[in-house]
Amino acid sequence: MFAAVATFLTTHWLGQAILILLECLAVTVPLLVAVAYMTYVDRKVWASIQLRRGPNVVGPFGLLQPLADGLKLFLKESIVPSSANTVLFLLAPMITFMTALIAWAVVPFDDGWVIADINVGILYLFAISSLGVYGIIIAGWASNSKYAFLGALRSAAQMVSYEVSIGFVLITVLLCVGSLNLSQVVIAQSGWFWNWFWLPLLPMFVIFFVSALAETNRTPFDLPMSEAELVQGFQTEYSSMPFALFFLGEYANMILLSGLGAILFLGGWMSPIPYAPFTWIPGVVWFALKIALLLFVFSWTKGTLPRYRYDQLMRLGWKVFLPVSLGWVVLTAAVLQFGGWVPKH
Amino acid sequence: MASLDRIARQFLLTEVVSGFLLTLRYMFKPKATINYPYERSPLSPRFRGEHALRRYPNGEERCIACKLCEAICPAQAITIEAEPREDGSRRTTRYDIDMTKCIYCGFCQEACPVDAIVEGPNTEFSTETREELLYDKDKLLANGDRWEAELAANIQSDAAYR
Repeated sequence: MFAAVATFLTTHWLGQAILILLECLAVTVPLLVAVAYMTYVDRKVWASIQLRRGPNVVGPFGLLQPLADGLKLFLKESIVPSSANTVLFLLAPMITFMTALIAWAVVPFDDGWVIADINVGILYLFAISSLGVYGIIIAGWASNSKYAFLGALRSAAQMVSYEVSIGFVLITVLLCVGSLNLSQVVIAQSGWFWNWFWLPLLPMFVIFFVSALAETNRTPFDLPMSEAELVQGFQTEYSSMPFALFFLGEYANMILLSGLGAILFLGGWMSPIPYAPFTWIPGVVWFALKIALLLFVFSWTKGTLPRYRYDQLMRLGWKVFLPVSLGWVVLTAAVLQFGGWVPKH
Repeated sequence: MASLDRIARQFLLTEVVSGFLLTLRYMFKPKATINYPYERSPLSPRFRGEHALRRYPNGEERCIACKLCEAICPAQAITIEAEPREDGSRRTTRYDIDMTKCIYCGFCQEACPVDAIVEGPNTEFSTETREELLYDKDKLLANGDRWEAELAANIQSDAAYR
């Protein structure tokens, strides 16, 4: 019986389609649960930094709060402004949400646990993260509101600026790995935790993390939604489900960039100590723990740093990060070439 | 040298890192907030909350309709009408407080010669309609019956200072 089902799933075209669907669900459902609980963790971390308690009424320790919030959003009326372009207005959150989800296709959760093990994984991720800007800029334009429009412009400019330095960070990692396949990136870092790229490429790791904050519009780069001047930026006119999609997409993007940071710099599914009790723990758990660590730093940052001014943000992106990361690419290439460490494939 | 020092500090993110360590320390400090509906902060016996009209232990209402509270009320929130009762004693026929006008200054309880109108410790009397905040004599007497233990204890503990 089991063998028959296995043959059907792997050989018949319908079985293969069902298998792909199941794989997608196996990634998407935990991801959405993680997004829901990321909001909870965020609120708890900010609260404890500010000596408050955070959500603690709905369920034990407030653990059901994300469900209550989600339910509330689903039950609200979704309002489309009368002067908005209805089709684009409703399309924009879907684009943001979808681009945040489809990027997960190439992320390896464990050795061989990846939906699409393609050889240009990093290039694919880069393309998808650039597409994410469209959702935001369409939202800002279709809302037909000055706050939303200004927020979208800011967001687009900021994401484009910081994608450049993220690109150079990726290139330095690629130079050290010699492959665009994300599984290969992880395998290249095998060994003790000081073999992972965070230590040899520490400045790049810092630049990657700061650029990730800017990519996901988080503090100190949350100018697109700076509530004091732009209400909620491009989300101003959104309510109910479209708003929920934006929100989910934003948090899914945060988790994605943390996952990318874990793969590029923290050894993906590798255990920090490559010996017995630690290697028994499945790679998925290590990967999840590394993502959780980076996400904690995301919330910690929001609880710590004030917001940048817009010109400071642009100055940091173009006049500090771009030259530094470009210089580091050259330095890494030179060290690899003349040190004889160029990866062979 | 000073500029080199500054640049090194900027690139090593010293200020940012020290800020992060500060917030990390705060994360493990005891909470400054309390778990409100389940925990409450202590209230002074002089706390001026919701009003109540008190009775004597034998059930007789204290208020003698002297109208001092009505006279002193700076917000003019109190309205009193009085008539002699059948047994000849002077009592109110109407004692209304408009809680939407009241500024909780406590002058009414200061003015009262018989400790009849008092402001109790209760702060949780929000309502869904405005009309419910126009308290009449029945409501105030009911409050007095409900809070008598606390009211008496508060007046007792503060009596030495009056």
